[in-house]
Amino acid sequence: MNQKILNGILLDEQTELSLIDLCCACSSSEEWIIELVEEGALEPVNLQSIGKQHEQWLFTADSLQKARTAKRLQRDLNINLAGIALALNLLEQIESLEARLRCLEISTQ
Amino acid sequence: MDFKDYYEILGVKKDASQDEIKRTYKKLARKYHPDVSKEADAETRFKALGEAYQVLKDPEKRAAYDQLGSNYQAGQDFNPPPNWDAGFEFNGGDFAGGDNADYSEFFESIFGHGFGSTQGRHQRRGHNARGEDHHAKVLIDLEDAYLGATRSVTLQSPEIDSSGHVVNKQRTLKVKIPKGVKQGQHIRLSGQGSPGMGSAPAGDLYLIIEFKPHSIYRVDGNDIYLDLPLAPWEAALGASVKVPTPLGPVDLKIAAGTPGGRKLRLKGRGIPSKAPGDLYVITQLSIPPANSDAAKALYQKMQEELAYNPRSKLGV
Repeated sequence: MNQKILNGILLDEQTELSLIDLCCACSSSEEWIIELVEEGALEPVNLQSIGKQHEQWLFTADSLQKARTAKRLQRDLNINLAGIALALNLLEQIESLEARLRCLEISTQ
Repeated sequence: MDFKDYYEILGVKKDASQDEIKRTYKKLARKYHPDVSKEADAETRFKALGEAYQVLKDPEKRAAYDQLGSNYQAGQDFNPPPNWDAGFEFNGGDFAGGDNADYSEFFESIFGHGFGSTQGRHQRRGHNARGEDHHAKVLIDLEDAYLGATRSVTLQSPEIDSSGHVVNKQRTLKVKIPKGVKQGQHIRLSGQGSPGMGSAPAGDLYLIIEFKPHSIYRVDGNDIYLDLPLAPWEAALGASVKVPTPLGPVDLKIAAGTPGGRKLRLKGRGIPSKAPGDLYVITQLSIPPANSDAAKALYQKMQEELAYNPRSKLGV
């Protein structure tokens, strides 16, 4: 069978997602994403839009990874949103510390 | 089918209290949650923990499991005796497994399947609701990220057949993997999710990129790491050696006196993108075996003529 090859869109650092895109992509309600933004766990790229209409919010593609991690943490570990925001923050810090550690290992050798 | 020792998985004694089981599970679940843990087998361990807890947290299931398990040990071949569950009643349906509840064959042989998998799937509103989005992992080779590739993805999605039963339908899609993808990134395929209701559009399919473990490279974001063995004379005298990269071998100059564990950077030879990653070569000293008289004689000669004490910094 000669099957058609599908061309998807790679959601890389340059891709921007609307609030609706983000909700659909992680099967969550708008309210849940809005709460994550209010907790500071997610941040729209256009920060000046935060106080304005939610329709104007735009997120980077890594917000999708974060939102899905948040969803799994909430479902599997029963963490509330403040705890999720803290966990995401700490995970990010660990990652940047590990990256710094690797750089230091290189420069000290 | 192997018998699973749920007590051993949680690391509790057979007479542990419900309270202790709950506490132990919560502690281990935080430790091995795949989003938190860096350990390679975190996902498998987390699933095993969840399964063990589903059984042991419920006094009825635990009692049934205890009765069944008293004659078995972990890993032993297991077949449930016929009518073994007579006299037990399961309430079922309260599983917190969510959308990816998948239990072992062992679990399903005892408690049946279908627990929890019915909830959360069909929350459609109105007559013209957009179809649900789906997510699936796609495993690719590291080389695919350098060159781009076309991969077949087989998806299983539950559908309701004409007689009203839920059946797992398989479909295979051919998908282009663009050059420069990174671990954890998503590819969105519009309209490949669940069909919409009425005139509403279908949902999208999100493919999450995951690299297969590579035999020689390790991946970190855009960067690639490679262990490079060197012969003692290459490290001591310097040399030009061939180094593999995902796009083919390159020549690398090794400076005289290079120790093991040194990181050498090949700029821009990591995963390509607007800001391409780097390839890091970590040197390793590989000692030739002294497995012939000639080799032994060479080592003895080195010992005599170099008078080298590798432990001088240790003061011995």
